[in-house]
Amino acid sequence: MATSAHTEVPGGGKPQFPPFNKDTFASQLVWLAITFVLLYLLMSRLALPRVGGIIAARSGQIADDLAEAQRLKEETETAIAAYDKTMADARANAQAIAAKTRDKLMAEAEERRKSVEGRLNQKLEEAEKTIAATKAAAMSNVAGIATEAASSIVERLIGTAPAEKVVADAVADSLKR
Amino acid sequence: MADPIQQFEIKKFVTLGHIGGHEIAFTNSALFMVIAVATISLLMLGTTGRRALVPGRMQSLAELSYEFVADTLKSSAGTEGMKFFPFVFTLFMFILTVNMIGLIPGTFTVTSHIVVTAVLALLVFFTVIIYGVYKNGFRFLKLFVPSGIPIYILPLIVFIEVLSFLSRPISHSVRLFANMLAGHITLKVFAGFVTMLGGMGVFGWLGATLPLALTVGLTALEFLVAFLQAYVFTILTCIYLNDALHPGH
Repeated sequence: MATSAHTEVPGGGKPQFPPFNKDTFASQLVWLAITFVLLYLLMSRLALPRVGGIIAARSGQIADDLAEAQRLKEETETAIAAYDKTMADARANAQAIAAKTRDKLMAEAEERRKSVEGRLNQKLEEAEKTIAATKAAAMSNVAGIATEAASSIVERLIGTAPAEKVVADAVADSLKR
Repeated sequence: MADPIQQFEIKKFVTLGHIGGHEIAFTNSALFMVIAVATISLLMLGTTGRRALVPGRMQSLAELSYEFVADTLKSSAGTEGMKFFPFVFTLFMFILTVNMIGLIPGTFTVTSHIVVTAVLALLVFFTVIIYGVYKNGFRFLKLFVPSGIPIYILPLIVFIEVLSFLSRPISHSVRLFANMLAGHITLKVFAGFVTMLGGMGVFGWLGATLPLALTVGLTALEFLVAFLQAYVFTILTCIYLNDALHPGH
């Protein structure tokens, strides 16, 4: 190899084109091997796992954060739905209670009205009976008073008391008219 | 005018010994390989020590590199290709870093030497062959027999497929090497014009503005090329690895 390096130089004294100078090849190859293998080991053992880990950790963190945000959003939605449901239930409950109370009060009022009415009717009936009785009594009194008055009037006019029966008949007769 | 080839010279710092008659030395090339390894390690390890959930600028850069290479590999070789992720990542970061460091004036570009790019390309080539045969066995040869080809042109197709497969390490390595070499020579030539014309008085100064502007533009272009060639090398590696994982496509 060393001999061919000498023969290739054209014109003898002129320096060889450096990239084709075979004398330097061995050094370049040795150092290329050393540095390339060293770099390969540094990259594959240390640098790339570390950088890859950083990138993976970041994308993992982003995915986790997004999942967490999604979870919180769902939680919020659940809470809102629960709140809405509670509100609707409470409203329905309130309406039910109001309706029940109203019905109960109306029923009580109705009952009281009926009992009051019943009592009033009873009193009315009693009053009517009393009136009828009083009326009958009064009527009988009227007949007695009218008969006495008629007897007295006739006695004064004619001087003699008429027969009680005749006067009573006449009074009854005129009362009927 | 400075010799534009001079920048590619390997300078010996210390001779360390001999292996089979070949001198092993710590050279400027070795120095920049070590600097590249140190730079990448500092970026990937030094900035990620805090494992911050919200990354700082440098940690962002480390994560960006990780995800960029991972996406490139996944899109061409699928999820199964991720077992080669450390290899592909090392390859990309190494080439990118030596290319970028090489653009700093006065430094040395490791990838401007064919022997370096050839070794990297052959590393990929043999990884594909060994893993392809290990995983698929005899079915790995389906790589050379595309389906749905009429039988009478099949021998020709197989011949072309084998030839293109065997020429892969050549194109793979020469592309990176030649781009780095040509870019740096062009930069040096135009920069050389600036100094040459600058030494010729007032009219020279006026004349030097054009190559100066070109040098500035070319430097920007070379930064693009430095990244692009590292990316091209990486994506070709991914495509070749995909062949090892899924032959017969």
